[in-house]
Amino acid sequence: MRRISSWSVIPPLLAILAILVIWQLAATLFDIRTWILPSPVQIIQEGMEIYPRIWSHSLSTIQIALGGFAIGVTVGLVLAILLHLMPRAKQSIYPLMILSQNVPIIALAPLLVLWFGFGTLPKILIITLVCFFPVAVSLIDGFRQTNPTLLNYMQMIGASRRQVFFKLEWPSALPYFFSGLKISATYSVMGAVIAEWLGAQEGLGVFMTVASSAFRTDQVFVAIFVIMAISLILFGFIMLLEKWLVPWDTDRKGANRDDE
Amino acid sequence: MTNKLEVRNLTHKFNDGNGVHVLDNLSLDVADGEFVTLLGPSGSGKSTIFNLIGGLYAPDAGDIYIDGARVNGTRGNISYLPQQDSLLPWRTIEDNVVLVQEITGDVDKETARRWLQRAGLEGYEKSYPNTLSGGMRQRVAFIRSLLSPQELMLLDEPFGALDELTRLDMQDWLLKIWEMDRRSVLFITHSIEEALYMSDRILVLSDKPARIAREIEVPFERPRDHDIILDEEFTRLKRDIYHMLRTSDVED
Repeated sequence: MRRISSWSVIPPLLAILAILVIWQLAATLFDIRTWILPSPVQIIQEGMEIYPRIWSHSLSTIQIALGGFAIGVTVGLVLAILLHLMPRAKQSIYPLMILSQNVPIIALAPLLVLWFGFGTLPKILIITLVCFFPVAVSLIDGFRQTNPTLLNYMQMIGASRRQVFFKLEWPSALPYFFSGLKISATYSVMGAVIAEWLGAQEGLGVFMTVASSAFRTDQVFVAIFVIMAISLILFGFIMLLEKWLVPWDTDRKGANRDDE
Repeated sequence: MTNKLEVRNLTHKFNDGNGVHVLDNLSLDVADGEFVTLLGPSGSGKSTIFNLIGGLYAPDAGDIYIDGARVNGTRGNISYLPQQDSLLPWRTIEDNVVLVQEITGDVDKETARRWLQRAGLEGYEKSYPNTLSGGMRQRVAFIRSLLSPQELMLLDEPFGALDELTRLDMQDWLLKIWEMDRRSVLFITHSIEEALYMSDRILVLSDKPARIAREIEVPFERPRDHDIILDEEFTRLKRDIYHMLRTSDVED
C-alpha cells in the first residue's frame, strides 16, 4: 500500500517542480520585472521575511473559512435530508437552491455588508452560501442513487422508513457526501478571501488587496501560495476522514470490478 | 398438516395505464417445512406474487394468510432472498448476516458466527462483500435469511445470476443447509431441472395473467443426490413440464 501511494504522489510533485524551474528560468532569462512577475525564489525569500505577518493574516482567514465551512456543511446536510424525506418540498425548493448559486457573490457581498456591517457575520454568510450547495446537491444525488434492489430488499424484510434511511440510504450516500465536502472545502477558503476583500481588518484577502495596490506582486504571490496550501491541507484532511469512514468505497478498484 | 402460507384467489393488476392483468385468481399453499417451487416463464408475474406476500402492496382481490393470520399489505412477515447482490457493501459479512435481526430487534452474533461456520464461510466474517465471489455472496445472503426470525422463506431465483457450475454447487449446498433447519420455502425459478431437483412440489404458472396451470408432486426422497437427474422418472417429469410450458405459450 505504502508503495502505491508514494507512486501516486511523485508524478504531480515532479510536474509542479518542472513548472517552478521553467518559471524561475524564464524570470531570470527574460529579465522580467519583479512587480510584473517575481521569480519563485524571490517569492520564497519574501515569504520567509514576512512570515509572522502572513501567519496572523492566515489564522484569521482560516478561522472564518472553517466557521463558514462548518455552518455551510451543516446547512447543506440538513437541507438534503429534509428534501429527501419530503419529496413534495423538494420539488419547490430544489430550483430555489440552484437559483441561490446564480446570484453573483460579488454583487451580493456588498449588500450583506450593508445589512450586517463589517463584522464576521456577513463573511460567514458568504462562505455558507458557497459551501452548502455542493454538499446538498451531491447528497441529494446520493440518496437518489440508492440501489433499487437493496431498497426492495429492505422493504421486503419489513424495515421501517427510519431503518431504511439509517441502514441503507445514509451509508450509500456517504461517498457522495464526501465528494460534496471536498468541493466545499476548497470553496470555503476562496469564499473567505473574497469576503475579506469587501472590508476586514485582517486576513489574507486584506493582505492581498494592500499588496497589489502597492505593486508588491511578490507578496500577492506569497498570499496565493498560502491560500493554496490551506486548501490542500483541508482537502487532504477530508480525504483521510473519507478513507476512515468509507472504507468500502475508497478501494475503488475492487468495487468497480463488481459493478461492471 | 398445517399450512405456513395460504394464498387464496389472489388477483392483481398494475395501474400503469393499460391495466395489464398480472395475477388471476391464484391460490397456493405451502405446508410447514415444505419446499414449493413456482415455475414459469420470465415476466409471468412471479415476482409480483412475492411482492404481494412480502406486503409491498396490497392485492386488488384475494387473501394471504401466514400462520393463519391475514397479512394483506403488511410487511415483516417473511424472510427473503433476492436474485443477487442484496448484501450491503459497507457492512462486513458478519454485520450483513445480522441485518434482518437488527430490523426485528434481536441481534445474536454468536449464532450468526456458528451458521457462517457451518456454511463454510469461516474466516470471511470481517471481509466486505466485494471481496467475495458471486456464489459466496449468495451463500451469505441465504444464511442471513435463515437467521431471520420469520419462518417462511421466499427465494427469488437465488441462483439466476450465477454460472452453471456454481449453480449446481449452490443447489447442493442450499439443500444441505436447508435440511439442517427445515423451513417452509417458496422458491422461484425458470429452470425445470432446478425445480425438480430442489422441491417437494412444483406449481407451474401460465403466462400472463398468471394462474397455476399444473401442480406436480416430486417423488424423490431426501436428502437428494445429483444423480437423480439421470433417473428415468426425472427425465419423464422434465419432459412433461417442458411440454406443459410450451403449450401454455401457444394458448396465449
